[in-house]
Amino acid sequence: MTASPYSINDSATQAIERHTLAIKVDNEPGVLARVIGLFSGRGYNIESLTVSEIDAENHQSRITIVTTGTAMVIEQIKAQLERLIPVHGVRDLTIEGPHVERELALIKVSGVGEKRVESLRIAELFRARVLDAALDSFVFEMTGNTDKLNAFIDLMVPLGLVDVSRTGIVAISRGNKSF
Amino acid sequence: MTSAPSTTAKNRVQAKNPESESRTMTGAEMVLTALKDHGVEVIFGYPGGAVLPIYDALFKQNSIRHILVRHEQAAVHAAEGYARSTGKIGCVLVTSGPGATNAVTGLVDALMDSIPLICVSGQVPTHLIGNDAFQEADTTGITRPATKHNYLVKNVDRLSEVLHQAITIATTGRPGPVLIDLPKDVQFASGIYTPPQQTPPPNYHPQTEPDPMLIDRALDMLSRAKRPVIYGGGGLINSGPEASKLLAEFVSLTGFPCTLTLMGLGALPQNDPHFIGMLGMHGLYEANLAMHGSDLILSLGARFDDRVTGNVKLFAPTAQKIHVDIDPSSINKNIHVNLAVVGDCTLTLRALIKGWKARKLAADKMAIAAWWQQIEEWRGRKCLNYIGSKEVIKPQYALERLEALTAKKDRYITTEVGQHQMWAAQYLHFNQPHRWMTSGGLGTMGYGLPAAMGVQIAHPDALVIDVAGEASILMNIQEMSTLAQYRLPVKVFILNNQWMGMVRQWQELLHGSRYSESYSEALPDFVKLADAFGATGLRVSDPAKLDETIMRMMEIEGAVIVDVMVDPKENCFPMIPSGAAHNQMLLGAADVANPATTAAGRVLV
Repeated sequence: MTASPYSINDSATQAIERHTLAIKVDNEPGVLARVIGLFSGRGYNIESLTVSEIDAENHQSRITIVTTGTAMVIEQIKAQLERLIPVHGVRDLTIEGPHVERELALIKVSGVGEKRVESLRIAELFRARVLDAALDSFVFEMTGNTDKLNAFIDLMVPLGLVDVSRTGIVAISRGNKSF
Repeated sequence: MTSAPSTTAKNRVQAKNPESESRTMTGAEMVLTALKDHGVEVIFGYPGGAVLPIYDALFKQNSIRHILVRHEQAAVHAAEGYARSTGKIGCVLVTSGPGATNAVTGLVDALMDSIPLICVSGQVPTHLIGNDAFQEADTTGITRPATKHNYLVKNVDRLSEVLHQAITIATTGRPGPVLIDLPKDVQFASGIYTPPQQTPPPNYHPQTEPDPMLIDRALDMLSRAKRPVIYGGGGLINSGPEASKLLAEFVSLTGFPCTLTLMGLGALPQNDPHFIGMLGMHGLYEANLAMHGSDLILSLGARFDDRVTGNVKLFAPTAQKIHVDIDPSSINKNIHVNLAVVGDCTLTLRALIKGWKARKLAADKMAIAAWWQQIEEWRGRKCLNYIGSKEVIKPQYALERLEALTAKKDRYITTEVGQHQMWAAQYLHFNQPHRWMTSGGLGTMGYGLPAAMGVQIAHPDALVIDVAGEASILMNIQEMSTLAQYRLPVKVFILNNQWMGMVRQWQELLHGSRYSESYSEALPDFVKLADAFGATGLRVSDPAKLDETIMRMMEIEGAVIVDVMVDPKENCFPMIPSGAAHNQMLLGAADVANPATTAAGRVLV
């Protein structure tokens, strides 16, 4: 027998899970405030959040949120998001089949001599691109999953890491279906 | 009302004014035309600079009546009282800045209790927004979590569509307040008004029809139940009077006991033999014990609020739970349920009754009879008994007499918040929906008097009583002036114990009887206060004179404040101490010697 999508059967689960949600919204003033206000007002976590318009003609934006909570909390987050009037749809990519996640980072490293050479060598190993080069600095661009970015940034710390700018995670499902 | 979209749409068509078609008018006129096209007759409000064009348009028309309140919070509560006693939408008009911020408490109150409201607020002209202009506030920012939805309309050409959308959103699905913030230049600007369309707003499709397969599963579970309880809430009232009729039919069909939440009172008549009383923190012993001991709970339009569940870990440990709610986010929020049915109460009850009959289901008669025997045993504890007195008026006695002397009248009750509210819920009887207006979710002191005002506007000939406490009533006492202006014969029945009683009760239970700031110091003379507002004031402190005072209150044609001096020491029982389970109820003051409240329970409010 099919259960309602709102029926959670496993009541024992209190483990904290990490989920990636994709939300399509009307790109109108205040829509991001509605989503963020919901998270802060109800005490939900935001690990990462990205948002950008994806369809200028229909004024639609896509928000990707990585959040953590028990299964019951994650269900609640989805239901609460769906209650917002400008929200077109919410998908939990973590449970709705395979998906890919990527994040882009810009990383500025300053140094001279051996450290400078070493940072460039490691960047090549990680397939980071050089966006800007000066005699005493580089700006690297790197795309990958969060772990890979973290690993690279950790390596840059002793070599003269100055600044990091990250987009947060964007995600999309695998295969031919929407979301 | 949350009834089927088809009926709502039909009502709208009927309400539609044939004269109203696409034509040019100002933004201010659009507001009133749209409200009129949706059948609105009354609007509660208070004027100010940023909303003057709408007040000017009001002046030039006769179809919408404006009720001038004395504080914007009261405007919203009055609209709530109007909405809750009629099933129609309530309307509010306030100015920018302080007008809008004063309305916020009312909006949150309506959000928590799912009351359909439209609030139109003035805003500074668009070119001044963000400049910290005079009486400017970020109204949409402030009210975003206080409303079901809100709008800032900067273009007059969008206004009529927004107005229609706002009314649809407020009245359908789980109802709630919707705010439209309207800059003054948009109120002056001319644009094309388009009459209401029957197309709902995009992305807004509340599910009202329950999934038939889930109804079948619910019926399987219901027919197997041996110790079932039906647990109904405010959703039954919001769904319209049909839901109450169907509920009565369903309980008589199955023979199941039914308890109601504070918000649900009246959904099943008090005198229905299947009604086992209100449940929750100050609910009846038999209702809470039945929930705790049940093997199946059918929740209809209720939300397993913390005042109902007590300690969630100990809540109804042996029960399978079916949750019917129009709002998916209410499901599995506090309590895991075994079966979730998203749908409107009327449609779901209709489907359950149809299925029960079609499948020729029958309850387990033996088991249900044994269950009723158990419930009767609990009922035998007579948890509402109290020690009477010939010297001093017990608050419970005051309400018993109020019930006895007013029961046969066309009566509406509102309350403020506190001990008197719980006693009113326990000792007054409601045999019909829409007769009981109280602030359940937000617990807003000061709700009752303005709400009673709104009820009386909707039902000019009815007996409208605000059961109040001496502390709560002072929170919106200025509305006595509104009663005077519109000659509203509201009866304010103050149970005056000279304490913020519920605060004091908790201080006794949890804080070593250190009565920090809970004594109602320097109270006004309510009789003189009534006189000052052109109403009649009565005071009674002798139990023997209570009946004649209540009779006198009803005989007087205008507004009355009855200052009932009650026993200042009385506390509200039964009670589930916070952090405790349903079966750990305190039945009276004697139980308090062994408080069941743990340190963890103490942090709960």
